[in-house]
Amino acid sequence: MTTHKRRLRLSTVVDHAILIAGSLLMIVPVLMLVQMTSMPDLINMKTGPSLSIGDQWVPNFEKAMFQADGFSGINTGTRMLMNSFILGIGFAFGKIFVGMLAAYAIVYFRMRYASLAFWIIFTTLLLPLEVRILPSYEVVQRLGMLNTYQGLIIPLIASATATFFFRQYFRSIPEELVEAARIDGAGPVRFFFDILIPLSRTMIAAMFIIMFVYGWNQYLWPTMVTTEEGMFTLVRGIKQITQMLEGNQIPEYGRANMLALIAILPPVMIVIFFQSWFVKGLTESDK
Amino acid sequence: MKRAGFTSAWLPAMLLLPQLAVIAIFFYWPAAHALRSSFYLQDPFGFGETFVGLSNFTSLLTSAAYSRAAWFTVFFTLIVTFGSLSIALLLAVKADKVIRGAKTYRTLLMWVYAVAPPVAGVIGLIMFNQSWGPLKEFFALFGWDFKLGVNYFDTAFAMIAVSIWKQVPVNFIFFLSGLQSIPKSVREAALIDNRSATGRFWDITFPLLAPTGFFLLITNITYAMFDTFGVIDTVLKGQPGNNPMTLVYKVYVDGFRGNDLGGSSAQSVVLMVLVLALTVFQFRMIERRIHYT
Amino acid sequence: MSHVTLTALRKVYANGFEAVKPASYAITPGEFVVLVGPSGCGKSTMLRMIAGLEDISDGTLEIAGRVVNTLDPADRDIAMVFQNYALYPHMTVRKNIGYGLQNRKIPKDVIAAKVAEASALLNLDDYLDRKPSQLSGGQRQRVAMGRAIVRDPALFLFDEPLSNLDAKLRNQMRIEIKALQRRLGVTSIYVTHDQVEAMTMADRIIVMNAGRIEQIGAPAEIYHTPATTFVASFMGAPPMNLLDGQIAGGAARVGDHTVMTDAPAAPGPVTVGIRPEDIVADPNGPLTLDIAIVEELGAHRLLHGTLAGQQLSVHVGKDSPATTGPFRAALKPGAVSLFDAGTGERL
Repeated sequence: MTTHKRRLRLSTVVDHAILIAGSLLMIVPVLMLVQMTSMPDLINMKTGPSLSIGDQWVPNFEKAMFQADGFSGINTGTRMLMNSFILGIGFAFGKIFVGMLAAYAIVYFRMRYASLAFWIIFTTLLLPLEVRILPSYEVVQRLGMLNTYQGLIIPLIASATATFFFRQYFRSIPEELVEAARIDGAGPVRFFFDILIPLSRTMIAAMFIIMFVYGWNQYLWPTMVTTEEGMFTLVRGIKQITQMLEGNQIPEYGRANMLALIAILPPVMIVIFFQSWFVKGLTESDK
Repeated sequence: MKRAGFTSAWLPAMLLLPQLAVIAIFFYWPAAHALRSSFYLQDPFGFGETFVGLSNFTSLLTSAAYSRAAWFTVFFTLIVTFGSLSIALLLAVKADKVIRGAKTYRTLLMWVYAVAPPVAGVIGLIMFNQSWGPLKEFFALFGWDFKLGVNYFDTAFAMIAVSIWKQVPVNFIFFLSGLQSIPKSVREAALIDNRSATGRFWDITFPLLAPTGFFLLITNITYAMFDTFGVIDTVLKGQPGNNPMTLVYKVYVDGFRGNDLGGSSAQSVVLMVLVLALTVFQFRMIERRIHYT
Repeated sequence: MSHVTLTALRKVYANGFEAVKPASYAITPGEFVVLVGPSGCGKSTMLRMIAGLEDISDGTLEIAGRVVNTLDPADRDIAMVFQNYALYPHMTVRKNIGYGLQNRKIPKDVIAAKVAEASALLNLDDYLDRKPSQLSGGQRQRVAMGRAIVRDPALFLFDEPLSNLDAKLRNQMRIEIKALQRRLGVTSIYVTHDQVEAMTMADRIIVMNAGRIEQIGAPAEIYHTPATTFVASFMGAPPMNLLDGQIAGGAARVGDHTVMTDAPAAPGPVTVGIRPEDIVADPNGPLTLDIAIVEELGAHRLLHGTLAGQQLSVHVGKDSPATTGPFRAALKPGAVSLFDAGTGERL
């Protein structure tokens, strides 16, 4: 009797070792964060992350979600979570709406001044919000939009990333499709709703995921335009989190880390569950 | 534009209107405003302004703090870019090669993309905590007394480490997708022509990945310069002191906290010029870049 | 009476490139006209002008008695089959076929009846609820046809509809399209670069080159009496042999060989055209060729060699002897076409 023993090649072992090391590098720091949310603050303060799992998840979660700081008493975790969703969804929706319409006009219409419009729009790709952050703040202030959702969301939309993405995608759709539709008697509006939107479903979904994560994770801009605690998003609230670790007698590690965890959970889940769309959307934009 | 585009005068204008309105109000107006303020000196209490010509710029160029931040930004950008690119490339090549568990590895290596930079900063604060940070303890084994927020070098190290950690996933995604788009026939031809796996990587795979790599290079430079704000702000706990900071962080500190609007606008303008130069360079390279299809 | 009339139809692009030089012809009802020519010759541009997908620079276009120059494609009463079929990928076959009718606000039950009729005609009944991605190339082609016929248009336009199919399927679809067109009796314009398609399908062929119409005629006419050297070399596989010759003393000669005794041309240089199948083996023939290569094709053979130092091909039956080396041959009567050596026009 012979048994075939698969020869394990050294190079394969090395490959897996490298990949496992990389995976651990990504996961372990976050696991430490998670572990600390299960422990009482006193132990966290003394020993930091450890291998034991405590029983403080529920109380820490309740503190994180429902306890508020500051004068107003409204910036609970729930409130920040809601604001984060408003920012993420509002930003993604606005970006896609504005971008799709503009890209449709640019790709499918014969226009005078088409190239002018093109340049006006795509120049915005050159300068990220961060380099014009103060004047943008002043503009929002002058328009009385500080501490409003509009002021939070709309300036972030003022670049052409989604427009550029949809332009690239629309250009990859065979020309004959619009020609066939014209012969079939579809005008521009009908073509948009009957053909283009159904064809772009995957792309819209991919874009939505990317933009949601991008909006959710905004930090600098929300830090500047929202000063009222009721407007804070989770990521904006991180500042409060770090302050929790500074000011108090016993730093509230459990609550702070729980808030950090809640801040990363929705985008991480979305990216993991819709991985293939997300990757497709992200890498298509390179073309 | 497609060959057989629709012809209509008002419809495309209506379609473009939201986009144009948003960028006119929130892009061009602020950008012009920044340009203008960079030539003025604002009264700190908001009463009036004086035209000062280029003096905001000259005082920038002579400021020791500014040139320190500028040099730090250069080093920071270089190390973060090349650090995250090379780690991601190594992982992508391995993930592309293994057969078992390829999907699992992909998921495990990419999800950190969705972690917000300031949360990454918070995680950094745990890792480098003064009393029990696991990495701090690890470095202590080698006699390195890591002092986050106190020692300039140590603080810079933490910022860089966290920034790289946060950026590896996105580079990994792009490299992996670039690798997977190399046609099977090309790989097979290389397999026949070259015995050595390392040789195949440098002769075939690496050049074919060059367009992806170049795109990522620009993306990473932009990331390191701008998107690391959240990492830096949390690692510094909002207290810059004598710690290292990047140019974008300085714009924020000087303008928003220090109320030096003219100086901060001048800094913004300098950044704009830098980004524009980078973009022009990118476009010129893309024009020259070889298409292998 | 004509059904489609082009009068000095012309296309100039914004950059000044004249894609179609002024072209005039008329198509009779029910006729199947094939536009053929090499890629970039302007045949697709001409078709697209007729479809309304491309603006007309000059001239007039009439379809069924109306000038349609400025009408939208949807209002020209035409249907078009595209090279890549241009099926709407997210719609079922049923919706694809019915979409044009739906846009015309035709009642649902009428649409259903027409779609059923078209699908029966095209053997698509089993596929009506599939998406295009679930169909084979030939089936997609049929759906594209269905989309066209369901509309009962005044004119069918085909833009290289078979070029994405493999050779076997192409032959089969060629016959199907032709049969369908006969049955429906709809006037059709068909663009292709494949001269076999043109020869087999057309009632009349229009050969185009560099934006210009080289010749209009029935397939046999085009084949046997090409109007120019371009047509002679484009139509037929292998193409007509074109040799440099001389007219002297009323005879046309290639080198030392006399190929025609009563040449209707003035003395001087001339281009001599001979179809490969018009050269026959003849031990006593006047011509001696030097054969270099024999291509065995089963039913017949192709011999490639030279006559007086010039390349030519000979098409012989499978019974004809075929070896390399000297080959005595004669020409069939009326085999020789003469073309002006300068302009390439038929003499």
